[in-house]
Amino acid sequence: MRPLFRFNGGIHPPQHKSESAGQGIVPGPLPKRLVLPLHQHIGAPAKAIVKPGDRVLKGQMIGQPQGPISAAVHAPTSGTIHAVGLHALPHPSGLQDLCIELWPDQEDRWIDRQPIEYREKDPTRVLDHLRSAGVVGLGGAVFPSAVKLNPGPPGRVPTLIINGAECEPWITCDDALMRERSGEIVEGILIMRHLLDAQEILIGIEDNKPEAAAAMRRAAAASPFPMEVVVVPTVYPTGGAKQLTQILTGKEAPSSGRSSDIGVACFNVATAYTVHRAVNHGEPVLSRVVTVTGNVRQARNFDALIGTLLPDLVALAQPKDDTDGFIMGGPLMGHRLPALDVPVVKAMNCLIATSPALFKPAPRPMPCIRCGRCAAACPVKLQPQDLHWFAKASNFGKAQEYALFDCIECGCCSYVCPSHIPLVQYFRHAKGEIWAREREKKAADTARERHTFREDRLEREKKERAERLAQKAAAATAQAAGDGAAAQSKEDALRAAIERAKAKKAEIVPRNTENLPPSTLSEIEKIEARRAQLREAAATKSLDQKED
Amino acid sequence: MSSPYITQPTSVNALMLRVLGALVPAIGAYVYFFGPAILVSLLLASVTALLCEAAMLKVRHYAADAFLVDGSAIVTAWLLALSMPPLAPWWLVVVGTAFAIVVAKHLYGGLGSNLFNPAMVGYAVMIVSFPVPMTHWAAPETLAAAHLSFAQDLRYMFAGVLPDHLKLDAVTMATPLDTLRTQLKLSHTLSEIRRLPIFGTLGGIGSQTVALMYLLGGLYLLFQRVITWHIPVAMAGALALVAGTLHGIDADHYASPGFELFTGGAMIGAFFIATDPVTAPTTPKGKLWFGAGIGVLTYCIRTFGGYPDGVAFGVLLMNMTVPLLDAYTQPRVFGHAEKETTRGKPQ
Repeated sequence: MRPLFRFNGGIHPPQHKSESAGQGIVPGPLPKRLVLPLHQHIGAPAKAIVKPGDRVLKGQMIGQPQGPISAAVHAPTSGTIHAVGLHALPHPSGLQDLCIELWPDQEDRWIDRQPIEYREKDPTRVLDHLRSAGVVGLGGAVFPSAVKLNPGPPGRVPTLIINGAECEPWITCDDALMRERSGEIVEGILIMRHLLDAQEILIGIEDNKPEAAAAMRRAAAASPFPMEVVVVPTVYPTGGAKQLTQILTGKEAPSSGRSSDIGVACFNVATAYTVHRAVNHGEPVLSRVVTVTGNVRQARNFDALIGTLLPDLVALAQPKDDTDGFIMGGPLMGHRLPALDVPVVKAMNCLIATSPALFKPAPRPMPCIRCGRCAAACPVKLQPQDLHWFAKASNFGKAQEYALFDCIECGCCSYVCPSHIPLVQYFRHAKGEIWAREREKKAADTARERHTFREDRLEREKKERAERLAQKAAAATAQAAGDGAAAQSKEDALRAAIERAKAKKAEIVPRNTENLPPSTLSEIEKIEARRAQLREAAATKSLDQKED
Repeated sequence: MSSPYITQPTSVNALMLRVLGALVPAIGAYVYFFGPAILVSLLLASVTALLCEAAMLKVRHYAADAFLVDGSAIVTAWLLALSMPPLAPWWLVVVGTAFAIVVAKHLYGGLGSNLFNPAMVGYAVMIVSFPVPMTHWAAPETLAAAHLSFAQDLRYMFAGVLPDHLKLDAVTMATPLDTLRTQLKLSHTLSEIRRLPIFGTLGGIGSQTVALMYLLGGLYLLFQRVITWHIPVAMAGALALVAGTLHGIDADHYASPGFELFTGGAMIGAFFIATDPVTAPTTPKGKLWFGAGIGVLTYCIRTFGGYPDGVAFGVLLMNMTVPLLDAYTQPRVFGHAEKETTRGKPQ
């Protein structure tokens, strides 16, 4: 037995896995309309390379990756491009973004698929292939896998961790995938191992999924490279990459760094599956398994085409009449969808139909009694009760000092709080405020820098002009003194000239007199004249005094 | 509203109810050994606490419904009533409770914001202001020279009238800690003193059983995860350590660790008073320091000070250090190096 480690705290919420688990993966609908967002991943959005009216085949690239961190978007079935325009995304704010609308022709005709032999190819070719196949992390972060699989110096990532923990309640899409397609997942893991040149492969699965673990064990036993299926205790949030890494290896990824800093790369099982499909079958990411569960009659895992509009998908699960909304993702880290008219995206692992009975509104918050249950539950070992206090008082500096930005927003603190304080919301708000202030400060800093730069430049120009004049004057004096003049007199003259220049410079004080109307200018002149008179009078007076 | 969308079915109310439940065995023992008068004190304190709470909530424009039922005022009331003499006159209980709720709790910001333990503030104010009635403890039933009926209890508590043939001394006596102190002053050795009828195996007759029941209730709170082990263990440990050291040096003048733990307010203090989350540190290390501080202070005040017991003042003094303890005992955050954490240090 491999010794397991544990992270601080964690929670044991009701599982609700049985509703959708063990039913098999059901094919999703082939609807009349697909909406494909160009930005389904972390990094730069893909660029549309089709226009309305174009006919496309299944698997054809329609959005090209842009920049180093990006991923392609493909047509999930054959059909006609109907439009390229804005459409609402499955985002908590109902955000709209550029999408390609595809009207399927229902023939589902494939493009010519080109598998590659990854062992014989240069790794960068394989990575390019993954990038153009639109492979991203399907655990929820949707980070382009090609970037993460870039090995860097040899031996940098000796440990490959495959995440099959699936710790959030209700979600069973990875469970279903592991039960049914363990062999293909293992194929994908072998490709990843090859790219990273990892020496050790650990597959972490929570102990509430014995069937998945058994299936993965069978597949792993047949693998040419040894890989170990490790069954870990069911504690939320074991599925967090850093948490699973800690459980399996005892290593903590540095707060400001990445897992690769401690020699670990962590991928979701579904990502491994898509890597296999892309490399060994030449199939880009066109669909994903989505759990549709909650307040429905038939909770299932659907292999849904990317771009399927949710009403088409949800209808198959038959939501009950008192359904009042949907949560995308799990109940602890997911978000409510403001509208259902949004497409399936690569990040969507689960849809939970909600009803007032199933998801009771949180009771009214009471004051914090500092019981410390939040701190005991925090997997990052933060002190949520202190952070809450600072966030509430808008004491953001202190909140940052207490490592606010290490918060992974897992929701454990809110879950256990006997006062029902929405702690995570406070922390999200505080982070947002700090980001906003940083942006403002940056803008102000840039403006100030520009201003000082201009001031310096004006000053420098003035000085240079004065020096030039002084030199000219000195040269003239020297000329007048004749060639035979002693070096001493030349020096004197030079000094005198510098003195004059200094005096002149002192006189040149910046006046904001540009762009003024002539009347004001003449007034300023009058004032200056008066000042000059006064100065003269004062000079005479002081001379008089000296004579006394 | 953003995630999470589920919460554990728990509440402040449920926590407070468990604390009250954990006090029940000790109250039972109290009634058995010292008579039912304590029940009157508990009721008086509860009613006063609720009335003061309601009035203060109204003055401060808080929703009375949610806060009145949160149970925190009753917990304060019970802890205070249990700290006072069981035959206390009614006004002693009422004034103490009112001070605890109005001043120590609400004038400091109400639930969750008060710096000092309200019950202990109430106790401290009473012992400083009215030392005489605060030290008239009912004698255990087995030792008292005379017995009062419940009606006579009530007459004494509310009218201050004792039956004609009785004097107060007949029904009250010094507490075990007071007896110990007085007898030591009279140059008796500890072994002589412990032979007095007021003492049992662990501490005082009756009060030692009550202390055992507090321990039992405290263990229940531990297993229910209402409290953590840090404060009780640190407080009892520090008290026992100091007592043990001095007892080891001079067994004739310094009581044994067991005696110190099972007399006075040590047990209720360790499990029920010092663990009040609002006025205690939240970090594990902070809790250890806090508990240890109370243990040492309690011993010092008992042994070298002028008050009958040291728990209340120990708790209040350590309450003052809580912000400091919290700031200096922050645990290392995941993924941070040990030295890197400058958090909490003054800038």
